[in-house]
Amino acid sequence: MEMLAPLIFLALLATAGFLFYKKASLIKKTILLGKSEIQYEQPAHRWKQVLLLAFGQKKMFKNPLVAFLHLIIYAGFIIINVEVLEIVIDGITGKHRVFLPYIGSFYTYFINVFEILAFGVTVVCVIFLVRRNVLYIKRLSSNDLAGWPKTDANLILVVEIVLMSLFFLMNGADQALQNLQVAHYAPTGSFIVSSMLVPSLSQLSADTLLLIERSAWWLHIIGILAFLNYLPYSKHLHIILAFPSAYFSSLEPAGKMKNMPSVQNEVLYAVDPSKAPTDATPPATFGAKDIFDLNWKSLMEAYSCTECGRCSAACPATTTGKLLSPRKIMMATRDRLEEVAQNINKNTNFIDDQKTLLHNYISVEELRACTTCNACVEACPVSLSPLDIIMELRRSLIMEESNAPSEWNNTFSNIENNFAPWKFSPEDRENWAKEI
Amino acid sequence: MKVNTMAEMMASGTMPEYLFWVGCAGSFDQRAQKITKAFSLILDKVGISYAILGKEEACTGDPARRAGNEFLFQMMAYQNIQVMNAYGVKKIITTCPHCFNTIKNEYPELGGNYEVIHHTTLLQSLINEGKIILKEGGAFKGKKISYHDSCYLGRANNIYEAPRKVLEILDAELIEMKRCRSNGLCCGAGGAQMFKEEEPGTTRINIERAEEAVATGAQIIASACPFCNTMLTDGIKNKEKENEMAVLDIAELIAESMA
Ligand code: SF4
Ligand code: SF4
Repeated sequence: MEMLAPLIFLALLATAGFLFYKKASLIKKTILLGKSEIQYEQPAHRWKQVLLLAFGQKKMFKNPLVAFLHLIIYAGFIIINVEVLEIVIDGITGKHRVFLPYIGSFYTYFINVFEILAFGVTVVCVIFLVRRNVLYIKRLSSNDLAGWPKTDANLILVVEIVLMSLFFLMNGADQALQNLQVAHYAPTGSFIVSSMLVPSLSQLSADTLLLIERSAWWLHIIGILAFLNYLPYSKHLHIILAFPSAYFSSLEPAGKMKNMPSVQNEVLYAVDPSKAPTDATPPATFGAKDIFDLNWKSLMEAYSCTECGRCSAACPATTTGKLLSPRKIMMATRDRLEEVAQNINKNTNFIDDQKTLLHNYISVEELRACTTCNACVEACPVSLSPLDIIMELRRSLIMEESNAPSEWNNTFSNIENNFAPWKFSPEDRENWAKEI
Repeated sequence: MKVNTMAEMMASGTMPEYLFWVGCAGSFDQRAQKITKAFSLILDKVGISYAILGKEEACTGDPARRAGNEFLFQMMAYQNIQVMNAYGVKKIITTCPHCFNTIKNEYPELGGNYEVIHHTTLLQSLINEGKIILKEGGAFKGKKISYHDSCYLGRANNIYEAPRKVLEILDAELIEMKRCRSNGLCCGAGGAQMFKEEEPGTTRINIERAEEAVATGAQIIASACPFCNTMLTDGIKNKEKENEMAVLDIAELIAESMA
């Protein structure tokens, strides 16, 4: 067994790594199906966004209490990874607590920090479960999350609690074994949280303790590897993609809409045909009907969305009972992306499935309810933009399908003929000035 | 008082410092016309040199673009930019946050580069420069005023302070609504919603906003956008509060208080 354990461990690690790599590559490939009209300029400013939004969680602090709780989980997650590094080295080398001899008494100090964090994480996960399942916080219990998304959210919290408990159990059993002076279990000093388990664990025999310690150790690391592979299927993917999303988030005034140079040129050539190049070909499509027509930033954002619903809680359409919910826009886009990814995975190339993001996943009624108020973008802790997706779909609706409510068609013809959205004579535009 | 057009100015061989971009609401909507008039009165009193485009002004294309009609937007933008560039326009002031946003943020990449100033920002600097003098014991002294953030001024362009700073000189009591500044609730007009029936829902957006406005107990709701003004006025009527509170543009409040 002594010889075998590192081999089994390596095999596990390699399998988990390989599976994760495969799924991550597929997601990357899917995201890159989008158009590449992305802005890269001002890298210094962009790194600042990463620091503020992703590392600093600046926007989370609009609600300081929740931000603090989330920060505990987040800091816990990052810092506890240092402990996982030791576990991995232990696993590969067949050693036990490999860092201990090198840093001596600091070791106890480090593990204590991890344990305090792990305890914090456990408590916060319980609080978050209560918020979701007992207090029914509105944005966390809306219809958007019915079914799998709700399970996903709860599952993550439960798994984190289990992982943290295994960590404590492992350390507690270790200390009990140290007390029995079992070989291999060098004295580490007492750990702040898990030492509380020692009195009850000390009732058990050395063999049982060994079994508990080893099982907890293995389950803990298997759990972490499984969690890693669960990420790409979950809203929890935001812990990775929040960083590039913050980097690529728009640096322009929020009110500015993306220009369509193709249409700009079409209009220019229409008024001034002499400017038209002889080989001018009109663009194939206008706006976005499906994910292929969106830019890859929007697609990445769909995968980064943590389904927190802050956008929808701020959205004037959602809060007044319209069908539109910006969170649902993000989730629908991701669902469609996943469907396309499966399609490509199966058929090597995408085979038309007679479906599109527009209509099959996002309805006309939803799109028409948006006031372009930017509340969703402002509210999103990662600065994702459901509005970008909405606008691209609206463009397709109008320019590809001429699908507009009749009032809008009137507005359009008024603008075109009278230069104002209402039916007034352009001659009367300055009449007000004569009345002062 | 005479409001000059760019064409008239050009004919007389002068160029105003500012083009006052009136916008469609400000030009045609009866309620918004009052805002336009109030603002031009202020400009006149302070002695700012300005002119309007008059018949040569056309919709910026904002509602068309936001409805999804990029062709129409590009047509309007092209036309307006041609006109303004022909006059050599450098600085633009406007009372409409939608026009402000479009000309300031969206016209530059189409060839229209101007310094664009919203009227609340201009009013703030005029106050700072001591050019706006108010009457003693103005009409709004001690009144409760609540300012409604326009999405296209606030979140879209980060202008939150200027309108509030302007209101401060009225010596009134400023109260914030529950959702204000970057959390401000939309009036419901943006994204071309103004020009169509609202989608089905449990309530209307302007009614929801009016409820928040009413809850402040303010006598005056200050707006900085002609569309917000219309939406809130309707919302307050719906709540049957039109006798207790009025929706007034910041330009109207200042014009009425000026000495
Ligand atoms: S921009 Fe549209 S989707 Fe976003 S909050 Fe405003 S109305 Fe809702
Ligand atoms: S878009 Fe942003 S605010 Fe909305 S649910 Fe996703 S992460 Fe939350």
